[in-house]
Amino acid sequence: MSKRKRIVVVGHGMVGHRFVQAAVERGLTETHDIVVIGEEPRPAYDRVALTSFFSVESAEELSLLPGGQYDDPRVRLVLDTAVTGIDRKDQVLTLVSPPPTPSGVELEDPGTVSELEYDVLVMATGAAPFVPPVPGKDLRNVFVYRTIEDLEAIREASQTAKAGVVIGGGLLGLEAANALHQLGVETHVVELAPRLMAVQVDDAGGATLKRHIENLGLSVHTGVMTELIDGDDDGIVSGLKFKDVEEPLEVQMVVFSAGIRPRDALARECDLPVAERGGILVDEQCRTADPHVFAIGECAAPDGRMYGLVAPGYSMAEVVVDALLEGPGTFTGADMSTKLKLLGVDVASFGDAFATTDGALELVYSDAVAGVYKKLVVSEDGKRLLGGILVGDASAYASLRPLVSSGIALPDNPEELILPASRGGVQLGMPDEAQVCSCNDVTKGQIKEAVAEGGEHSCEDVACVKKCTKAGSTCGSCVPIVKNIIEEHFASIGKVVDKGLCEHFRLTRQELFDLVSVHGYRRFDDIVEAHGTGRGCDICKPAIASILASQFNGHVLAQETAALQDTNDAYLANIQRNGTYSVVPRIPGGEITPDKLIVIGEVARDFGLYTKITGGQRIDLFGARMEQLPAIWKRLVDAGFESGHAYGKALRTVKSCVGSTWCRYGVQDSVGLAIALELRYRGLRSPHKLKGGVSGCARECAEARGKDFGVIATEKGWNLYVGGNGGAVPAHARLLAGDLDTETLVRYLDRFLMYYIRTADRLQRTAAWIEQLDGGLDRVKEVVVDDALGLGAELEAAMARHVDSYFDEWKATIEDPEKMARFVSFVNAPDVPDPAIAFTTERDQIKPADPDGAVSLGSTIPVGAPGLVTAGDAR
Amino acid sequence: MSETYQVVCPVDDLEVERGVTALVHGQAVAIFRTHDGEVFALGNHDPFAKASVLSRGIVGTRGGVPFVASPMHKHAFDLRTGRCLDDDTVTVPVFEVRVEDGMVHIGGRKQKVA
Ligand code: SRM
Ligand SMILES: Cc1cc2nc3c(=O)[nH]c(=O)nc-3n(C[C@H](O)[C@H](O)[C@H](O)COP(=O)(O)OP(=O)(O)OC[C@H]3O[C@@H](n4cnc5c(N)ncnc54)[C@H](O)[C@@H]3O)c2cc1C
Ligand code: SF4
Ligand code: FES
Repeated sequence: MSKRKRIVVVGHGMVGHRFVQAAVERGLTETHDIVVIGEEPRPAYDRVALTSFFSVESAEELSLLPGGQYDDPRVRLVLDTAVTGIDRKDQVLTLVSPPPTPSGVELEDPGTVSELEYDVLVMATGAAPFVPPVPGKDLRNVFVYRTIEDLEAIREASQTAKAGVVIGGGLLGLEAANALHQLGVETHVVELAPRLMAVQVDDAGGATLKRHIENLGLSVHTGVMTELIDGDDDGIVSGLKFKDVEEPLEVQMVVFSAGIRPRDALARECDLPVAERGGILVDEQCRTADPHVFAIGECAAPDGRMYGLVAPGYSMAEVVVDALLEGPGTFTGADMSTKLKLLGVDVASFGDAFATTDGALELVYSDAVAGVYKKLVVSEDGKRLLGGILVGDASAYASLRPLVSSGIALPDNPEELILPASRGGVQLGMPDEAQVCSCNDVTKGQIKEAVAEGGEHSCEDVACVKKCTKAGSTCGSCVPIVKNIIEEHFASIGKVVDKGLCEHFRLTRQELFDLVSVHGYRRFDDIVEAHGTGRGCDICKPAIASILASQFNGHVLAQETAALQDTNDAYLANIQRNGTYSVVPRIPGGEITPDKLIVIGEVARDFGLYTKITGGQRIDLFGARMEQLPAIWKRLVDAGFESGHAYGKALRTVKSCVGSTWCRYGVQDSVGLAIALELRYRGLRSPHKLKGGVSGCARECAEARGKDFGVIATEKGWNLYVGGNGGAVPAHARLLAGDLDTETLVRYLDRFLMYYIRTADRLQRTAAWIEQLDGGLDRVKEVVVDDALGLGAELEAAMARHVDSYFDEWKATIEDPEKMARFVSFVNAPDVPDPAIAFTTERDQIKPADPDGAVSLGSTIPVGAPGLVTAGDAR
Repeated sequence: MSETYQVVCPVDDLEVERGVTALVHGQAVAIFRTHDGEVFALGNHDPFAKASVLSRGIVGTRGGVPFVASPMHKHAFDLRTGRCLDDDTVTVPVFEVRVEDGMVHIGGRKQKVA
């Protein structure tokens, strides 16, 4: 057998990574070893989502290879190392680690130089931002926008800069401007061309976009040329001067986003041909002039043209894997369609957006008041869609773009496609060959295959289709259409996607919530009679109990609702494996006085309970018999404790760190805020349990981002994160809004929590709820921060009602003889403790005795197999 | 043994669709009153969780069958037969019930269930 061959990949970016993934998946590593050399200090990450680095805060979340290594042992990843030379004759590379600085400044330590042989070389070196030779470009606080390190530096500078300017009003420039704006810097955008996004949109679209952006408080300067960047005595940016304009802009930071250049220097040095405008020249198989060398991604120029998007790069990666497996794949150009949300404004451009095709016609819909501009480019006969531009509302993008590539005939009045729905917009059927996801080249047919019954995947939802076909997993813009296709498919085979709660209600929790609110129902009986069947069950009863509690905040053990409660709510305590209960008094924010600590100790000692510090910064007392609960709580209530709702689908804890009161790093009073929030939301019944956290600084000792709502102190106020949880499927909370004052923070939280309570499914925590909302976190931001639905005041009022009507349910219980009557071991022998409960001891505390051991079941039941009488026996 | 009935409590003390536990002939019995006024008695011991808890479960109907869901892991038991609706090889004991003069009487274990 011949020796295994070695493929070396230069560059571990998005495309290099995709190449390795495809190589492993398609079995190339059966015959080849792969070595990947990456210059950046970390494995490939999602550069397309680079801007979200500011909200994720841990770079890990952007990683495309979170484990740091490939599972396949035949792939070796070498990071923090650059390829500095290629010897094509001997097929040897020169490597330097750590990589030399780009500016060419001599390092004290020139790094370790080594050599590596290759059989096949794949160049995936990407592109570098283009910085025009403007005087002052080497001053401090001048940045580009390409890597995580760039963004770290920008964030650092934003803490002191008052104003900043982005040079370049293209797609990336606007994204950078968005980032500066969100970092709280007064932002200017400078563009040489007469309009923004000159490559993607036309004059009218650009003007609409400009208005949107100016409304947000950014300044846009189009048609101006930058003459120089001014610096102060310390060599830091102090201003920007335009040509033919007297007044300079006062800015303390500059971000260049004036285009990109393929990183083809290595290829030039070893005499590989490059395209006229840059990029390593390759053929349809992405092979360079040297048959052992390929180039893919942004560094490559197939047919002389480079592509600054990730999807074409991914196709090139697949093509090279195919070529190495001797397959027929070729790369023949790519769809350059774009859809994005810039500063909250939808912008999409696809196909022949500028109507360059002979005889092409343009159909325009524009609504200056709403800031919407839509243009369709259709063929001369009006039968085929060639391209289009959408600004302000790009919801039609997902259904329009596939029409371009598939060439389906348009309806008779194609303008209907861009009219607002109320004016007769139509939905289009598309053929199976139509490409739905352009990032991952997935067709409608492939999605239908994934959902086909008895097929390989048998998917039932978007999440599964995403996993199995990759559709929707990159930029996400195709997700709405993927969802439609799935629904259409199930409708076509007559399968009703049942979203009903259980056999008693064909309604979702949200629908029930609305019914209760509209009709003002207070009793399960009325609801089930009017809208359900049967007498309910362990699914719908607690769900309705929770809805009633969220809306009316009565006592959960009140006459009308007592029988609906889950066992824990029914006894206001958590049931344990042996039928005893645990007791968890509220300890807001985890702060407790020595006197109260002593009370807990005394109560535990006097009732013989097991004590443990919980994961929620409080103390749990275990092993209470049901009939002991009132006496235990009497003692606790008298000492000033309240229910901790550990038993309820309700607010549990708001965890805190010591914060600025004690900690040398703390910048705000995190304990004070945690206590205030825990007291505000205590007793709030919700679809699932709710947890919060407040950290005093970015070190995040309170693990706030592991909670449904997390607050992290900043120098300027509070950052609010939502949608985190631990448990089996951990989720990190994501930024909802930054640098808030306390009042705004509470307002947003009120809205967020009430919005969740109203619309989430039963037992759906905030992370899963946000995930399934149409529009995800952006939607939540629209509703909570921008108040797009105009619901803000109503949600706040609902929360105010809750806060005003709060009472301690344990105190109310021990004061009410009727409720207390429930807490007896036996109705006919209230003084006899249940003999089935027994304890042993371990480490000086009680624990449940082994259930197979000393359980007395009384004399009349055949002992031996307690209860395990089979159906047959019973007959 | 099963001939002797024992009086446990006034039927009015039984809340609709909530259980109580009674000590009958020395053992724990779960007693339920359903929406239509019928009274049922099952052994209180949940054979899956091996704990004496059934009386604390939620009562409802499944396909018309009155049942209680164990509070521990939600196994459902038919109130009329004691059969587990999730695993029909498992049954809990069912007891004779009579309501006389407004009082609930619990008898011996049912020999024959429907
Ligand atoms: C007592 C405690 C463990 C301990 O000894 O520390 C505990 C105990 C239970 N947890 Fe927990 N969890 C406890 C902290 C946590 C934490 C840590 C935290 O809150 O910071 C987590 C991860 C954070 C989170 O919730 O996201 C946690 C994630 C869970 C989950 C998974 C939730 C999820 O969304 O995936 C469950 C299962 C569920 O709720 O469906 C669960 C469920 C339970 C239940 C209620 C299971 C049950 O039904 O019996 C346990 C009974 C509590 C009791 O008092 O009898 N517990 N549990 C902790 C009580 C905290 C408190 O003071 O209230
Ligand atoms: C802010 C931002 C937003 C974007 N948004 C979108 C979008 O919405 N849609 C879209 O399609 N595209 C978008 N892009 C473009 C997209 O990120 C690129 O098309 C994609 O990353 C190209 O992948 P690549 O692997 O070719 O290059 P890269 O991801 O840049 O990877 C190249 C890697 O090679 C390394 N390297 C270079 N030279 C060497 C060497 N000599 N030795 C070792 N390693 C080396 C580099 O350090 C880098 O890590 C965006 C880009 C940015 C910066
Ligand atoms: S999060 Fe910050 S303030 Fe809080 S304890 Fe940790 S380091 Fe201190
Ligand atoms: S089009 Fe980008 S993920 Fe589908």
